[in-house]
Amino acid sequence: MAKHKTPLLDQLESGPWPSFVSDIKQEAASRAKNEKGIDHQIAVDCPDDLLGVLEMSYNDGETHWKHGGIVGVFGYGGGVIGRYCDQPEMFPGVAHFHTVRVAQPMGMWYNTSFLRQLMDIWDLRGSGLTNMHGATGDIVLLGTSTPQLEEIFWEITHDMDVDLGGSGSNLRTPASCMGMSRCEYAMYDAQELCYNLTMEYQDELHRPAFPYKFKFKFDGCPNGCVAAIARSDMGFIGTFKGPIKINQETVAAYVGGEIAPNAGAHAGKDWGAFDIQAEVVDNCPSQCMSYEGGKLIMDHKECVRCMHCINTMPQALKIGDERGVSIMCGAKAPILDGPQMGSLLVPFIEADKDDDYQGIKDIIENVWDWWMDEGKNRERIGETMKRLGFAALAKAAGIAADPRHVQEPRHNPYISWKAEEVGGWDRDIAVYRERHQR
Amino acid sequence: MAFISSGYDPKKPMENRISDIGPRHFSEYLPPVIAKNFGKWDYHEILEPGVLCHTGESGDKAYTVRCGSARLITVTYIRELCDIADKYCGGHLRFTTRNNVEFILDDKQAALDLKAFLNEQKFDGGSFKFPVGGTGAGVTNIVHTQGWIHCHTPATDASGTVKATMDVVFDQFTDMKLPAPVRISMACCLNMCGAVHCSDIAILGIHRKPPLIDHEYLDNLCEIPLAVSACPTGAIRPSKIELGDKTYKTVAIKEERCMFCGNCYTMCPSLPLSDGEGDGIALMVGGKISNRMTQPAFSKVVVPFIPNEPPRWPTMTKVLKKILDTYAAEANKYERLGDWAGRIGWERFFEKCELEFSSHLIDDFRDPAYYTWRQTTQFKW
Repeated sequence: MAKHKTPLLDQLESGPWPSFVSDIKQEAASRAKNEKGIDHQIAVDCPDDLLGVLEMSYNDGETHWKHGGIVGVFGYGGGVIGRYCDQPEMFPGVAHFHTVRVAQPMGMWYNTSFLRQLMDIWDLRGSGLTNMHGATGDIVLLGTSTPQLEEIFWEITHDMDVDLGGSGSNLRTPASCMGMSRCEYAMYDAQELCYNLTMEYQDELHRPAFPYKFKFKFDGCPNGCVAAIARSDMGFIGTFKGPIKINQETVAAYVGGEIAPNAGAHAGKDWGAFDIQAEVVDNCPSQCMSYEGGKLIMDHKECVRCMHCINTMPQALKIGDERGVSIMCGAKAPILDGPQMGSLLVPFIEADKDDDYQGIKDIIENVWDWWMDEGKNRERIGETMKRLGFAALAKAAGIAADPRHVQEPRHNPYISWKAEEVGGWDRDIAVYRERHQR
Repeated sequence: MAFISSGYDPKKPMENRISDIGPRHFSEYLPPVIAKNFGKWDYHEILEPGVLCHTGESGDKAYTVRCGSARLITVTYIRELCDIADKYCGGHLRFTTRNNVEFILDDKQAALDLKAFLNEQKFDGGSFKFPVGGTGAGVTNIVHTQGWIHCHTPATDASGTVKATMDVVFDQFTDMKLPAPVRISMACCLNMCGAVHCSDIAILGIHRKPPLIDHEYLDNLCEIPLAVSACPTGAIRPSKIELGDKTYKTVAIKEERCMFCGNCYTMCPSLPLSDGEGDGIALMVGGKISNRMTQPAFSKVVVPFIPNEPPRWPTMTKVLKKILDTYAAEANKYERLGDWAGRIGWERFFEKCELEFSSHLIDDFRDPAYYTWRQTTQFKW
């Protein structure tokens, strides 16, 4: 028997898509039944109360969660989000219902022993509810009480060898695509770079020292599966310089209909026979290719690596060999100054593990030094860039101006000339007047 | 309940403390076929919806079965995923960036058997537990935020709007009949923890009324200068108010300047702005992240407001489905939703999708607004 009547939420149990309401109900039933005899450290019926408070919001159209207070674990300034219900008498099981962020393995690969161990901790010390995963990439454990925080932290660090993620004005938990582990498009080892920088910057991740949050994301190629260009203050996107490698026999197999284009992604509808001219050549944004006499010809120097031809004929076309990373800077959601995409800061840099990625770290630290000096409280680096100009960022990062930095040159002549660029600004009005009468 | 200690001693917090150890290294978790072919993959194929085959340069093949799941999932559900991974995949599984779950197998028939098994699993309420799909030119799982389940600033619910939407577009999840992938994202307020601003279709919770002011408590709960500086339009100033025989330090708000962003509430809990009547949903379309063919693009607001209609938000899902169906019927192969709208012209997009255009949809926020107005005589009747 459910603790609270939830007639509105019950309507979300039907329909094909997995119902979170059904899942929370099965968790509530499992905790009530408690076949393993667990001595639950927070209210056994918190899933029931969570449904109760959500039903209340479905009735009145308003949230019933308050701001987080300052809760966390000793010595860290992030990783735990305080959360309190604004109707604690009605829903005591969720009166204190804090979130714990746990660092996810890069690419979100797991084995079941890791997950089962974490679930055992969360069964004992938390609500039994999770997000797999949070928007930034962490494992999100949803709902526990303050006295459990140090216990959870102790158990995950001592028993599971894993740490909390980030929150607040610090480096947020970095995230990568699955990269080389299962993708032929990966132009660098996105997971390894993500892991290396995460370990290098543990202090920045756990102890807020920045003007505001800072996110790293790592996409192995310009297809952008982790949205580095839109969702990270600093995004690392794989790129290459060498020519796309073409296997003309396999191209012919696509043209002949022996291989489904785009890896079969369009198989649900009859789009007609594959037309290499219309589907590949004419769709190339830089118009750098042609199909003549049964051969695909590319002017590689003109390629902008949009990935369309490779995506469309993955068995015939392979990424070039001289590979590295483009670094984008300043992406963020609209709060406050409107949405921003990452702007290209570094067109190409090698992701060199043998050098412990030192070239990349130098750029990161230059950028951070500049932002920590110049950024205002709660100003994302994208906003600092807008306020002070891209050139200021590039100079701080130690990157020389490059036409690749702009979509097009400026529309106005208001150039911030410096005195040293114009032979100095000190002049004598008397000398001027010798040439010009008043 | 008896308190069970982990071993942590609150009197000696630094004793045997372990910190700054980061995540576990991903290489511990790779299935053998993935570890063996790491960095040496040759190509991939989508064998059928939800089933991928990756072929290594070695000739090895890894078969992936992808299923959808809610983002909000329980210990019970995750243990069920583990049971499946133990039985079929040697104890390995992965999650995608869009909340899907992937099982890796090295045999094609076993993968197809697993797909059939996953599609047979249902919750007691009747919905699928692990529907297989989310590949190729279709709608994959929705990334989203917390909403009314666990957040202090939402203007709508996240899990509920996502469930209602995925039920309506379920066929596009399990089949691959769209011109290109359609990425739907959901954020329950302008903070956009989900960063939906570059999505083919974005469901966005919005507030429409200025914050209330809890004068008697504000000075105790908030730093007034922080609340003042939080306002992007300078609508908040320090003030005093007399209530009864007491004078309170507080703030005053120039309400007509408010852009309903909620940034002040983030800084000051005495400025709540959620409101059952004022809050609801805006729909944005035409964003993308991929660099394929065209450049990454922001989503554009095409429906300024739809009231919250829990539990199933029927007006929102109807409008969203109409946009999706019109795109599916009219766009060229490979053409993303925003590229299609740009090609036919946004005036035509509104006509074809039967959407009303209003002044709310003309940008008036700072400099970027100018670049969205039409500075050409090229337009369509």
